[in-house]
Amino acid sequence: MNTATLSQAFLILLRRDLTLAYRRRSEMINPLLFFILVTALFPLGIGADPALLREVGPGIIWVAALLAALLSLETIFRSDFDDGSLEQLLLSPHPLSILMIAKVFAHWLITGLPLLIVAPLLGVLLDLPGDAITTLLITLALGTPVLSLIGTIGVALTVGLRKGGMILSLLVLPLYIPVLIFAANAVATSGAGLPIDAHLSMLTALLLLAVSLSPVATAAALRISLS
Amino acid sequence: MTDSYPLATLEARELSCIRDDRELFSDLSFTLGAAQVLLIEGRNGSGKTSLLRILCGIRMPDTGSITWNGGDIYRLITGYNACTAYVGHKDGIKLDLTAEENLIFARSLGSSSDISLSLALEQMELGGYEDLQAINLSAGQKRRLALARLLVTRSTLWILDEPFTSLDTHGIAMVEDMVTNHLANGGMLAVTSHHPVNLGNADIQRINLSERSA
Repeated sequence: MNTATLSQAFLILLRRDLTLAYRRRSEMINPLLFFILVTALFPLGIGADPALLREVGPGIIWVAALLAALLSLETIFRSDFDDGSLEQLLLSPHPLSILMIAKVFAHWLITGLPLLIVAPLLGVLLDLPGDAITTLLITLALGTPVLSLIGTIGVALTVGLRKGGMILSLLVLPLYIPVLIFAANAVATSGAGLPIDAHLSMLTALLLLAVSLSPVATAAALRISLS
Repeated sequence: MTDSYPLATLEARELSCIRDDRELFSDLSFTLGAAQVLLIEGRNGSGKTSLLRILCGIRMPDTGSITWNGGDIYRLITGYNACTAYVGHKDGIKLDLTAEENLIFARSLGSSSDISLSLALEQMELGGYEDLQAINLSAGQKRRLALARLLVTRSTLWILDEPFTSLDTHGIAMVEDMVTNHLANGGMLAVTSHHPVNLGNADIQRINLSERSA
């Protein structure tokens, strides 16, 4: 008898989620499209004055990224819950929290990473200086995984409810606000040529905290939701 | 075929389950040993599925305890999960994955058996469907793919919720053969079914949940 090792199970689950996303790519593109459209529409709405755009740009991009992340959250467990795969995950002999890391990582690769890739373009669109664009990338790289990790706890709690969407936003948004404040402020500060070490340290701390605690909380929440 | 399973006992003591302020069953006790079958009967809504989910460890009983080889299953949880396999109402297969990909995933989540994936598919008469996405399978074939999970993992206790749903008579006979084989190796089975179950001279314990509460 040979039990599949945990690392095998981790990789197979990761690959499974990426394969599923690839076969459903038209659905996966929605959050990215939302991110681009919101950011691109702002200059049309508030006027194309470069000084004004530089001023509000960091905030706009980060709010759009945050809402795009929120929009994509529910897909992480929805289909697994509907077809019963989630029960099977729960009944696996592997630690559920480790399997959850695989799921969140896959979800971030599908929905978070694309935001990072298009963000420099949107930075140019809003006339952000070069330094600010670099900072934008760093903050997105540190911040979007936090959004995925925290959001997953909320989804795990609400997945069993028929209309969990509203509760999910109410649960998760307050927890997103620290990320938004530090990240958007970091981009604005670096645009003004000031140091941003403190902001990045805070974001890193949030990321480490989320990585270490959220999988455990997600696993516990799932057990409650499915019982 | 495979070697026999290590000896094990599942013991439930004074279980009760309350759902939406309604008591589904109470004071339910039984012991299940190697090569034994627990057949749970009862009307719709009498708590059959709830009982199975309690046996899986997904749901907690409102009172009572379940032990596996003398250890509480909620203490053992991952060790207990390694010995059980559950096929519920929902097939638990991904429609966008092929039959083979589904089984690779199922196998990674449990302790794998010696049977190769293609042999398991062949045994469930799904040979030739390996590379077809499960969405293209018929309802009965999806059910058989879900049951193929039992073959690719090595679990002593099979927990099956209405395994014969959407299977034809031939499919039912196939599953009965599979179960008989499992029992012959010292496996255990907890099952609910509306169809009569024909398992030859297997050692069957019957629990009727609607008669108990009446």
